[in-house]
Amino acid sequence: MKKFLMNAGVQKIFAALLAILFGLVFGIVILFIASFFISKASYPMDALYTIVTGGLRFSGLKGLGIIMRFMSPILLTGLSVGFAFKTGLFNIGASGQFVIGGFVAAYICIKWTFIPLEYLWIVGILGAIIAGGLVGLISGLLKAYRNVNEVISAIMLNYIAMITVSNLVSVIADKNNPSRTMPPLSRIPTLGLDKIFGNNTTDISIFIAILVAILIYIILERTTFGYELKACGYNRNAARYAGINDRLGITLSMTIAGALAGLGGAMVYISSITKVFDSLLTLAPEGFDGISVALLGMSNPLGIIFSAAFIAALKNAGPALSRSGFNEEVVKIMTAVIIYASAFSLIFREKLVQFFTKKGAKK
Amino acid sequence: MNTDTMVFLIRNMVPFMIPLTIVALGGMFSERSGVVNIALEGIMVFGATFGIFFIYFVPDLMSPQLMILAAMVIAIISGVLFSWLHAYASINLKANQTISGTALNLFAFAFHDFLARLITKTGTEGVSFKNVFRIEKIPFFGDIPVLGDLFFKNVYLSTFIGLAILAIASFVLYKTRFGLRLRACGEHPHAADSVGINVNRMRYWGVLISGALAGLGGLVLIIPTTVEYTGTVSGYGFLALAVLIFGQWKPSKIFLAAAFFGLMQVISNSSGLAFFTSLGINKYFYQIVPYLTTLIVLTFTSSKSASPRAAGEPYDQGKR
Repeated sequence: MKKFLMNAGVQKIFAALLAILFGLVFGIVILFIASFFISKASYPMDALYTIVTGGLRFSGLKGLGIIMRFMSPILLTGLSVGFAFKTGLFNIGASGQFVIGGFVAAYICIKWTFIPLEYLWIVGILGAIIAGGLVGLISGLLKAYRNVNEVISAIMLNYIAMITVSNLVSVIADKNNPSRTMPPLSRIPTLGLDKIFGNNTTDISIFIAILVAILIYIILERTTFGYELKACGYNRNAARYAGINDRLGITLSMTIAGALAGLGGAMVYISSITKVFDSLLTLAPEGFDGISVALLGMSNPLGIIFSAAFIAALKNAGPALSRSGFNEEVVKIMTAVIIYASAFSLIFREKLVQFFTKKGAKK
Repeated sequence: MNTDTMVFLIRNMVPFMIPLTIVALGGMFSERSGVVNIALEGIMVFGATFGIFFIYFVPDLMSPQLMILAAMVIAIISGVLFSWLHAYASINLKANQTISGTALNLFAFAFHDFLARLITKTGTEGVSFKNVFRIEKIPFFGDIPVLGDLFFKNVYLSTFIGLAILAIASFVLYKTRFGLRLRACGEHPHAADSVGINVNRMRYWGVLISGALAGLGGLVLIIPTTVEYTGTVSGYGFLALAVLIFGQWKPSKIFLAAAFFGLMQVISNSSGLAFFTSLGINKYFYQIVPYLTTLIVLTFTSSKSASPRAAGEPYDQGKR
């Protein structure tokens, strides 16, 4: 038992679960306080039930399909943020990389009709990976060669990307109609999943995302390349001393992170989801969900698969909360509290170790 | 460019420049004490939320200037309380300061939307308020030619408060014992500790001051620039961090940097002005100008960074 609890992986899972519990408790408090003051919000327990079931109490199997669909883009933006975190960088720019990737994918799938329609989605995905990677590359180069704080440059790129895309939308839109439907054949294939879940947006994107997560895990944990990137993250100077090209490492880390977020954009914009390139000028929320996913998953690619599922379920529960008189922001507040609590994981693990080593010593 | 355009640009620069200065000064206190405060954006939103709610619910009880003062006090208090969470996480619990800051950002947005949707009559996240806070003309000073038109007519109380804060901040940072101790904690906390300075307490001061200023800055940004607060400060918290870096963590340079970004923001908003349409540049360029110039400026100023050496690292007494 003690050996089991001393395992770093197990401790991380415990820390994540504790953070979730913390978020849930806070959510309950918020629900009850709100229900006390506001007459229309009078069913806190009902709302809690909706949150805990991820909204599935209303939508069942179909809802599961929707959760799977919600999950793939935030799994990929989560991997993007997590990968950068593992290499010592904070990629808050997933939002911009995501929207650029999504735009390029949509552009390819609508305009490049000289490619057979059945294969077009693959080209679109590759285009999104390259485009997102290029956005990440800018932050990476600025950080590595000009010492520009990657958080600031990424935030600025988020806004530049958002404005650029909303200006370019007219290129792919129909002349008379600002919205248009992606040709069904050039979307990400569903392989019958839409029939199984009775929901026409469910497609294979979730499997693509999970495969990418496993790939990233292998790169980070089982290759020299991944080891070098992580070394740059732990201590840039030590890495350089050991003969690692730290500037190249930082540049590549941000590029890969950008590519992952760009792929996430493709998952949304060349699918059957109704989604607009926002001309109201708000940043793509998937990028920020990616931060929550990565932090809750402790930046571990495999952990991120589960945290993405969890956040996707919470997002699915959000709109259903109006049935009990609340709004979906409750879920966002809970997510924020969970992230706050997960920042304590280090001290929690220390305490756990202390507790069990003391106990062991007494015996 | 004729004088009308110049006057227009300078006059409209102020509402952006003042909050940027205030918030960047807040960031300065926090980072100089050794705690990176990426939550400035969220604290701005949080402060503005309570300040605006106050104005929303107490419309006609007092005179406008008294009301805005009260709203500012409320924004400051809520900013301090909110930043306490960041201080606790990053000082007491030695948590990752980026994670804690991000959590605060996420929380502030969600919390505003949650409250606004439940409380406003319309049930939307926008909280509209009447802007009655503009001062038409300040007696005496408003009569000075040119300068009076520029700075003493149609102004907000916040402008003068912002300038006062700038003066006080430079004084505190450079001319008081407190300022010296604060800076020591951000540069070399172990050395500071060895001469009897309580590093954790100084860092608490740094973060809480940044909370107060960011909360105030959020409200001060919202009031002149809009009549409906939707729970966003459009990335100004992050722009303030850029101002802080561009301003090399020094009050006077921060003020100049904020003026520069304020000017960029005005240019971005005034693409319809006769002078700018005559230049024939695409509207798209104006939209990205504040963000693009930030990137370019940082590219050329970051390599010789004067960032406090210990910023971002939790203080560990046992560490060498």
